[in-house]
Parts: sequence; structure tokens; C-alpha cells
Amino acid sequence: MCLGIPGKVIEIDGDSGYVEFGAVKRKVNLKLLAEVNVGDYVLVHTGFAIEKIDREEAEKTLKLFQDISISFDEIR
Amino acid sequence: MSLILDEYKDPQKARRILDAIHSIVGDKKIKLMEVCGTHTQAIFRYGIRGLLPNGIEIVSGPGCPVCVTPNSFIDTLIALSEIESCIIVVFGDLLKVPGSRSTLLKEKSKGKDVRIVYSPLDALEIAIKEKQKMVVFSGIGFETTAPSIAVTILEAEKKDVKNFFVLSAIKLLPPALKSLISSKELPLNGLILPGHVSAIIGLDEYRFLAEEYSIAGVVAGFEPLDILMAIYSLSRMITTHSPSLENKYTRVVKPKGNEKARKILGEVFEECDSEWRGLGLIRRSGLALRREFSHRNPLNVISVGVESSKENPDCICGSILRGVKKPTACLLFGKTCTPENPIGACMVSNEGSCAAYFKYS
Repeated sequence: MCLGIPGKVIEIDGDSGYVEFGAVKRKVNLKLLAEVNVGDYVLVHTGFAIEKIDREEAEKTLKLFQDISISFDEIR
Repeated sequence: MSLILDEYKDPQKARRILDAIHSIVGDKKIKLMEVCGTHTQAIFRYGIRGLLPNGIEIVSGPGCPVCVTPNSFIDTLIALSEIESCIIVVFGDLLKVPGSRSTLLKEKSKGKDVRIVYSPLDALEIAIKEKQKMVVFSGIGFETTAPSIAVTILEAEKKDVKNFFVLSAIKLLPPALKSLISSKELPLNGLILPGHVSAIIGLDEYRFLAEEYSIAGVVAGFEPLDILMAIYSLSRMITTHSPSLENKYTRVVKPKGNEKARKILGEVFEECDSEWRGLGLIRRSGLALRREFSHRNPLNVISVGVESSKENPDCICGSILRGVKKPTACLLFGKTCTPENPIGACMVSNEGSCAAYFKYS
């Protein structure tokens, strides 16, 4: 039930906005976010954006996957 | 961003992380719990259990809200549905959950007004349209869902929608984890912690795991590489005897969580003792409406007679939710209890252990 779907904010109108999930666009309540801008990626749960998705951190985690592979190669 | 998230499914990277897990675990025995129902579903869907070293056992925990909601809550909703002016509004998962004597789905088929929504705001819209009716939203969920319900209640206040009510069975995960772990019924080495609950609450409430019980914990996202990464980190901490708390879902989870969401939550709700299926009554493990919002509790407006609740004596959902038994140990599993005709709550939701075992095993 705690499913969250990532999407991109494409329009903001007061406390709500439109979020694009691939080909689907949906109205989403933005009241739970302290700050949000058009172009931000957010995680949507039961019609609410519950948190922003940090692109830089997403890239850092991918780098971490890479590092595990490299350090594993070194052990081998 | 979508391209980046696709990389979290990359099979080659998955293979490398799996190799690393195999290498550090070897033939050691490790027992992990995935706390969150969404993780349960993802672990089964991606076939992760079958790829791990034989020594890693992953059991499912109490993180499926539908599963841990006790029969008495369903019984109360059904009793409310018997009032002619009452509309019961639920998330879809709840419809088939067996109460003591019936389900909301059966009651709906008998003509009771039970409706399914995607968002609590949809329930508020129903209340705005159906002013003559009493609209009762079934407030189930964990910290992930609770702020959305809180915002909806504040909206109802703002718009002065007098006929909108919330029957709260909202639950808090950390107290349940503490109860489960302090019982020492199940020896665990590490926990895969729920990503989206943590998006709201942050990390602090999990610190007791390592500090008091030497149990490793990793907050994880829901893509296959997120889960493998969590298992890798847990394996590393466990095999080096250095349990701590790590956040591997930093793209979403901040150390302090979503502070605005928690502030709104605190305006509307306060902690209360709460009954969990399988775990019993746990102190301060639920959320009840604050006194200022008590007029939104349907039971403060109307009294309903609810017969004492009963469980099917053969159903072992309770033990499954504590991680001490597997669904396949249940006499009913796959025979009389199936997703089409669930007898226990864990067979209802896609996130329930029994439903996941049935679908993927």
C-alpha cells in the first residue's frame, strides 16, 4: 500500500499541480512538499506528492552500484 | 530521470551485486526481514529470493496495512455500512478483507453503499457531492499514507464539509518493529526498512535496532537494484559484526524525513495505542484524531452495535505477520484460501505474504 510512483511536475496551480508519468498526466496535491518547481521529479502516493526525488542522489546511488562491482573485481 | 531509474533495473549490474553478495556471505547463515509489503511484492516479482546464497533467509514482516488491520475494524465499517445514510469509502485493497462475519465486498453486493477511491481527496469529493449522506473514509495505512489523510481532513475543515468522517486505523511502523524485536520470538540479523514510510519519518526512529539489539538496518528503495544493494549492505554489516543503520534510498529519504508532512500530521493526529493483527495491542503504535477533530470520527456522531470479533481458528496470518511462519505452513493456503476467496487478510492484498507466495511460488 505504500506504493509511490515517480513522475515529473509539469504544471503548478496553488496547492496542486499536474504530474506526468510517462504518457499519463494526473492532478496531484502538492501540499506535503515545502518547495516544488515545474520540472521537479516527485514521488506520488494516493494522489499526493510525498517527497521530491533528488536527481543528484539518484546518480550517486548508481555510482555506488558501479563501485561495488569494481571493488568486487579487486577482491577477485 | 526516467532513464536513470531504468538503470536501477539493469540486469548486468544486478548480477555484479549478486556476485558480491555471494562472495561475502559464502555459506554463512543470515536471517533478514523485509518489513514493507511493497518490498515483499517487489522481492517476489523480481525473483530475488531464488538468486541469493542459500544461507540468506528473508522473511516478511508486518508492513502491509491491510494485513495488520484487525477484524474488529472491518466489523465496525460493516456495521456503519448498515446505516442507510452512510457511504463507506475505502482503498480497493480493503474490499475483500474478511471481517468476523462478512467482507465489505459482500456487503456491497447486497446493496450497501461501499465505494473505492484512489485518494482520500476523492472521498472528500464524494462528501461534497452527497451532502445528505454521511461519508466515512476508512483511514488505513502507515506513516506514508497518514499525511495525505491529514491534509484531506484539513481540507474538509476549510471547505466546511460537515458530512466527511474518518475512521482511523492508521498505524506506526517503528513501535511495531520494536514490539516484534523485543519479543525475541524471531532471531533476526538485519532489516530491509521501508522506503516510503522513511520518506516521511526519516531515520532516527530506527536507531534502536543497532543500538539496543545489534540488528543491522538499511532503508531501501523498490527497484531491483535498490533491494539487492540493501541486501549487500546488510550482508556486509552482518558478516563483519558491525550492525548499523544505513540509508540506501537517498534520492527520496532525507535523514529527518519530510518535516512539513510530519508537521501537518501532528496538527491532525496524535499517537494512540493500537491493535495489530498478529501482534496484539501495541502502545503508541497508531494515530487517532486530535480532540479538535473528534467531530470527524464517525463513532463520536453515531453509535453502532458491533458483535465481538472472531478470527478463523485455522488462519495463521498472525504468525506470518510476525515472520515466524511461512504461508505454506498454513492448512488453508492455496486450498480454501486463495486471492479469489481469501480467508485471511494476508491473502487479500497484493502485498500480503500469502498472496505473494500464491502468485509467485
